[in-house]
Amino acid sequence: MGVDKRSFLKQIEPDGLKQVVPNDFPGKVIPGGNGGNIVVTTLDNVINWGRSNSLWPLYFGTSCCAIEMMQTGAPRHDFSRFGFEVARPSARQADLIIIAGTIVNKMAPVLRRLYDQMAEPKYVIAMGACAISGGPFFYNSYSVVKGADHIIPVDVYIPGCPPRPEALLEGMIMLQKKIKTENMTKKVNPIDGFDEGK
Amino acid sequence: MVEKEIENKMKTEEYFVNMGPQHPAAHGVLRLLLTIDGEIIKNVDPDLGYIHRSIEKMCERDSYQQIVHLTDRMDYLSSHINNEAVCLAVEKGLDIEVSDRVKVIRTIVSELTRLASHQLWWGVIGMDLGALTTYFYAFRDREYINDIFEETCGARLTMNYNIPGGLMFDIHPNFVNRVKEFLVHFKTKLPEYDRLLTGNVIFQKRTKGVGVLTKEDAISYGATGPVGRGSGFACDVRKTHPYSAYDRVEFKEALFTEGDSLARYKVRIMEMWESMSIIDQLIDNIPEGDIKTPTKAVIKLPKGEFYQRVEAARGELGVYINSTGTKNPYRVKFRSSGFSNLSVLNHITKGAKIADLVATMASFDFVIPDIDR
Repeated sequence: MGVDKRSFLKQIEPDGLKQVVPNDFPGKVIPGGNGGNIVVTTLDNVINWGRSNSLWPLYFGTSCCAIEMMQTGAPRHDFSRFGFEVARPSARQADLIIIAGTIVNKMAPVLRRLYDQMAEPKYVIAMGACAISGGPFFYNSYSVVKGADHIIPVDVYIPGCPPRPEALLEGMIMLQKKIKTENMTKKVNPIDGFDEGK
Repeated sequence: MVEKEIENKMKTEEYFVNMGPQHPAAHGVLRLLLTIDGEIIKNVDPDLGYIHRSIEKMCERDSYQQIVHLTDRMDYLSSHINNEAVCLAVEKGLDIEVSDRVKVIRTIVSELTRLASHQLWWGVIGMDLGALTTYFYAFRDREYINDIFEETCGARLTMNYNIPGGLMFDIHPNFVNRVKEFLVHFKTKLPEYDRLLTGNVIFQKRTKGVGVLTKEDAISYGATGPVGRGSGFACDVRKTHPYSAYDRVEFKEALFTEGDSLARYKVRIMEMWESMSIIDQLIDNIPEGDIKTPTKAVIKLPKGEFYQRVEAARGELGVYINSTGTKNPYRVKFRSSGFSNLSVLNHITKGAKIADLVATMASFDFVIPDIDR
């Protein structure tokens, strides 16, 4: 009784169960007969490949850059093509924090707390002039933190006021490239030895 | 006796909940200290300052041309309108008259900004109430306006198109055609917005009768923009104190008297139609003329006080400049609409549920850097 899985698949696909290997899979897949396969790769490569293609960002949009960040998720630019679409408002489920906007003195402890709540591995993108250096509020402002890297370590800086959505995509792809070169055994927590802008 | 025992056991307690500063429905970094009893809100206490960038203090050290560039980081969704307000105030102080061409172009770009702002709001109100589709529809149409801005002034969001005395550049040769194309496109898409959300039963239940603000309260709290007009308070600065080219166009002021979230929603949808009608009237006959009235390289306003009010996308924006005759202002004060509108929130959400607070806040359309400055 019941339908054999393979014979059922043969009905819809004459060649039987096709093994689809993604183009960017970091390794070699050798067909081993009997439907099984042999995969030759390293753990580092596979883990980094998986991590870089499913980064869940925490949107930390404080001001104008947040609008361009929303625009990046919208139909024309659509960052779900690169695996960024699972937006988490909660730090505990996020891999990546996108700082889009100015960080002021009152906000700084909150940002640090959110960063500390994130599970490792964690990455930071500073989007826009304000998050990089204070931007237009660098001079004469008594309340603006002159760059998010005074509070948490930043992986990718994206200049612009605000940056175009293409610039944000470029920054995200750069972060993916960075993750792909990581070594699991040598990885350290970026907050270790972070000087907090001394 | 038994009933009393049950009542004692069922006794509830008030407790505090933080909403924000990092909250997906707060539209930025607004922190609300909620005192709640179960799910009933007893008190809403907004805690501001999480994006206070000291813009007003910075203005005291900047020249008048530099102030313009700070203002579009305030209410970034109506950046052009903010710039226009400062430029009009400075022009008032210098006592110069800009050409008709400048006035008409400023009005067209202002209305495009208002359209883009309301489109974003429409996408976000849907998202806050649990309908993600609206976000994609709204941002699809918003890109058309961003393209027009980009072609004309080089920036998509913070445009800096105005300078005291006129405009930074003339419009791009494609400007008129592209605006017309956009209008044709958007006139077919706006009814789609209505079909998707306005008549939706869930949306109606979430917004109708929620967060009711009476006309008297709107006036006494100083609520302006769509919040005031949703309560029947005719406060459109474009009608009451026309500036730029608003005195030569005909448009209806969007007024609804219900005062609930749905009324504020309807005001914005109607304003989108009116904005398109204003652009329609102006786009075909942009007069010839200079785009810049020459001013001195270092602008010095005469001693005195200058005030200009404009209608930004979410209410009245006032710019107050106190000058002592030097190249920097002595004091600059921005009367932002968001701050006054926020003060209403506690009054109208007392006794409502937490979910109603989200719906009310979405209909208020806060931009937090506009409140904090």
